[in-house]
Amino acid sequence: MTTAAPLTTTPVATTETKKLSAAASAKAKLTSPWASLAAVVLAVLWTIPTFGLLITSFRTTEDIRRSGWWTTFTNPLFTLDNYKAVLDPEQAGANLPDSFLNSLVMTIPSVIIPLCLASLAAYAFAWMNFPGKNILFIAIFALQIVPLQVTLLPLLQLFVAWDIDGTFWTVWLSHSTFALPLAIYLLHNFIKEVPASLIEAARIDGAGHVSIFFRVLLPLLTPALAAFGIFQFLWVWNDLLVSLTFAGAPAISPLTVQLSNLTGTRGTAWYLLSAGAFVSIIVPVTVFLLLQRYFVRGLLAGSVKG
Amino acid sequence: MFVQRGSSRSRIALAGALSAGLVLGLSACADSKDDGGSGTVPASSLGAIDCTPYTAFGDLKGKEVSIYTGIVTPEDAPQKQSYKPFEDCTGVTIKYEGDKAFETQVLIRAEAGNPPDVAFVPQPGLLQRLVATGKAKEAPAETAALVDKNFGADWKAYGTVDGKFYAAPLGANVKSLVWYSPKEFTDNGYTVPTTLAELKTLSDKIAATGKKPWCAGISSGEATGWPMTDWMEDFYLRLNGVDAYDKWVKHETPFNSPESTKALDAVGEYLKNDKYVNGGLGDVKSIASTTFQDAGLQIIEGACSLHRQASFYAANFDKNTKVAEDGDVYAFYLPGETADKKPVLGGGEFVLAFADRPEVKAFQTFLATDTWANAKAKVSSGWVSANKGLQISNLVNPIDQLSAKILQDPNAQFRFDGSDMMPAAVGSNAFWKQATNWITGQDTKKTLDAIEAAWPK
Amino acid sequence: MFTTATTTSQKILQMFAAILLFAAVIGLILFIAGRFTGKRDRAIAALYLGPTVLMLSVGLLYPGLRTIYQSFLDASLKNFIGFDNYVTILSDPEQLTVLRNTAFWVLVTPFVATGVGLLYAILVDKARMESFAKALIFLPMSISFVAAGVIWKFMYEFRPDQGNIKQIGFVNQLIVWLGGEPQQLLIDSPLNTFLLIAVMVWIQAGFAMTVLSAAIKAIPDDIIEAARLDGVGPWGMFRFVTLPAIRPAVIVVITTIAIGTLKVFDIVQTMTGGRFDTSVIANEFYSQTFRSDNRGLGAALAVVLFILVIPIVVYNIRQLRRSEA
Repeated sequence: MTTAAPLTTTPVATTETKKLSAAASAKAKLTSPWASLAAVVLAVLWTIPTFGLLITSFRTTEDIRRSGWWTTFTNPLFTLDNYKAVLDPEQAGANLPDSFLNSLVMTIPSVIIPLCLASLAAYAFAWMNFPGKNILFIAIFALQIVPLQVTLLPLLQLFVAWDIDGTFWTVWLSHSTFALPLAIYLLHNFIKEVPASLIEAARIDGAGHVSIFFRVLLPLLTPALAAFGIFQFLWVWNDLLVSLTFAGAPAISPLTVQLSNLTGTRGTAWYLLSAGAFVSIIVPVTVFLLLQRYFVRGLLAGSVKG
Repeated sequence: MFVQRGSSRSRIALAGALSAGLVLGLSACADSKDDGGSGTVPASSLGAIDCTPYTAFGDLKGKEVSIYTGIVTPEDAPQKQSYKPFEDCTGVTIKYEGDKAFETQVLIRAEAGNPPDVAFVPQPGLLQRLVATGKAKEAPAETAALVDKNFGADWKAYGTVDGKFYAAPLGANVKSLVWYSPKEFTDNGYTVPTTLAELKTLSDKIAATGKKPWCAGISSGEATGWPMTDWMEDFYLRLNGVDAYDKWVKHETPFNSPESTKALDAVGEYLKNDKYVNGGLGDVKSIASTTFQDAGLQIIEGACSLHRQASFYAANFDKNTKVAEDGDVYAFYLPGETADKKPVLGGGEFVLAFADRPEVKAFQTFLATDTWANAKAKVSSGWVSANKGLQISNLVNPIDQLSAKILQDPNAQFRFDGSDMMPAAVGSNAFWKQATNWITGQDTKKTLDAIEAAWPK
Repeated sequence: MFTTATTTSQKILQMFAAILLFAAVIGLILFIAGRFTGKRDRAIAALYLGPTVLMLSVGLLYPGLRTIYQSFLDASLKNFIGFDNYVTILSDPEQLTVLRNTAFWVLVTPFVATGVGLLYAILVDKARMESFAKALIFLPMSISFVAAGVIWKFMYEFRPDQGNIKQIGFVNQLIVWLGGEPQQLLIDSPLNTFLLIAVMVWIQAGFAMTVLSAAIKAIPDDIIEAARLDGVGPWGMFRFVTLPAIRPAVIVVITTIAIGTLKVFDIVQTMTGGRFDTSVIANEFYSQTFRSDNRGLGAALAVVLFILVIPIVVYNIRQLRRSEA
């Protein structure tokens, strides 16, 4: 490897480091005003699409049809009607609080189950010796590419045979399964980082695999688990395909299904699409903003190692 | 997904327009909460429920029937409302599941052995695929008898697969309509054309004033292109006659035959004519990027005069737009070659059962009665049925009354939307795709050859 | 417990029951594993991997193998037709366009997203309000593909240059401000494919930026100091210190984005429905299988997706091996 740097095992240096980092000194080449300008331009570019739709969601139907959202700044006129139309149960024909609960009920086990299974598996791959280990690991990594669509029919057949169709179990089981390959890949990268000396020391103390896993690894693993947890949360919360097939019935269908039936049929009714889009992204965005620290630390861990 | 044609479109159209109506209503007068925005009239207009017509169905207390359909908000409300008397009188519970991804999902569910009791299938083609899964049940004898009594033989045939009758018709729509502004016609002395030649003359007359007479839009997500197939079917019917049309749909004449060329080129005289399109929306290509919901609204804006679209398009206009012969916008029958030839293109959905429990059979039979058709008429807007027992006076919306009149006209030759009956590879894929390419510049020959090549061997 | 929950309390109870049941299974596994003393890796590994392997075999492996088998069958999956579906994919002009577009997607998205992410990570490093600046870029990550498609369709919206009609799409307004004619952006191929790719870049750049920024901060200070004392300039610092140090992170980012890009179909579905020559394999697979009733061809398209990932997998394995060596 070209990596000359002996990397520390601490995944992330704290942001508060006072010294000039490599990036900062690279930046210094671009004289500071230009660097700032470039950063601002990029930030604006990345923000405009969402911002424009956000403004639009508060404009009247007529205004949206006849002029661009940027004209609001010279002619401000805002309304909550679009949100009322999306959230009104009579209009929506669906009870959004109910589907909100369904989303939560679906998401929580679908995050916990794959996390536990994947950390066990990742541990086995990183610190145990058994025949066929590498082949199995590669096979699991490669399974990431199986398009979910090809799994729907066989899985539904199975769920019908087990008589759990139309229950939350279908969603929990399928989401947990789909998450495993990526989870194992990322967690494995993390667990390998743990210095062998720590594990050896524990072994010499007579600890078995179970206590090593809990006493030594789990505390170190927390940021990685949090990171993947957020990833999986976003994925399950935003998923439409799986829930449409297994949990389409109104009693258990999640927010995405309800919103899709509500706004997806509206063609270019931007006033509803804009408000609907924001209702659907408010939860994932909030979760993400609150937990992003963990996300950064955890995801990084697997990658620093060369 | 909108594999399904007609009915899903009507739903889409309704969804946008009715909500638009509600929002406008709200902003106009914030304190009037009861403006009935979801396209329904209050249940009270059904009157006190008289259970006599329902006694024949017996006591179904504690039983359940599940429905799976592509009919979603807000059109599902009148559907559910129309079952109310049946539920109240028999004691059965109807579990309604609307899903706009119905077409793909219903196939997956049927194949996986997890079908609903009843599905509303909007395409004869899809119906055949569902029957082919082996999970569907034939319609009970009582339902078949009612269909014989209330519907034409052609409608029964659409619900029949391999000589076995499976599915009774539910709703219907009329596609051979041209939307226009009655006021504009009066002000300029235009008259409603009664032949295709007159339609051409009228278009030229409007074009001569510097206005683009036609507006069109074929964008519809992954179903983009479908309105073009309706255009071509309408002209195929008119220029080649109903018998040729039947052969074309069954692929007894190839898709790239001279008849097809004639029909598509005739459409081209309108849609690929820069003098005619695309009023208020741009050039010819803009047809491909304009959603079908938006296109006809240009009539209200005054930017275009004519828009060919089905009866369900009525729902796309907002609450403040009066849809009537003396209103802001209305439709006329897309004329035949001569005034006495009246081919009508239309669509509808069918009730397919996957269970044969008594309550399911009873529900199927109920939906085939004129009792249900009339009850549904009273609570709906943008809905008709081919049920002969339907009283036109029960329909609320003038455009629905017009559609019902056209459907019941003894001189009319009704034909079901051809792309709904063709194999999925053509009717829900190649035909849409190639028609879109045709709009964006591909020539007629290449278009028709490509569709012919896609026909399953 | 295994029935459909209908009331709020039933739902919550069922959820906790599921978690408890699962915890019990894990507990049992750990309990048994704990009974094995010494280094009996084989047995314990079997226990640790058992549930995972079982779920993956049923949920992904079997459907995957089934798909490979089906790719050799005809549209209705009744007759064996050999490699005909693959021949179609490699000869039909429409399918060739699909392959071309997929190549654009997978070649452009990972590198542009990573490039932008890296540039931004460097630009805002140690800047004031760094975390706020970063939040702006990675916000799109938490938005679903469908919602992202809606947002960008609105950006590209077109209104004709007629009378007093005003643009409502921001991109076209920019074109007009710069003195150009408004364009129907999503119709002209192959430009439209790149406009769709822009959406994916918009989503993924935040991911790249987040991971790379953290990797940059993890570079030990003494290396930087040493380089500085050697008189290495800013560009040299980036080229010879930063880049080599974060190379593994870059590989993980590119791999993850590339695989995600190959699978994405929601963006195409939402924005063009695959029309105007914008379809990609994932979208074409969906449309052939579920819309066109051509299951054999759909399965073959899915297999092509597997095949395209093989190089990525192989590259990663080689990296893995090298890092272990």
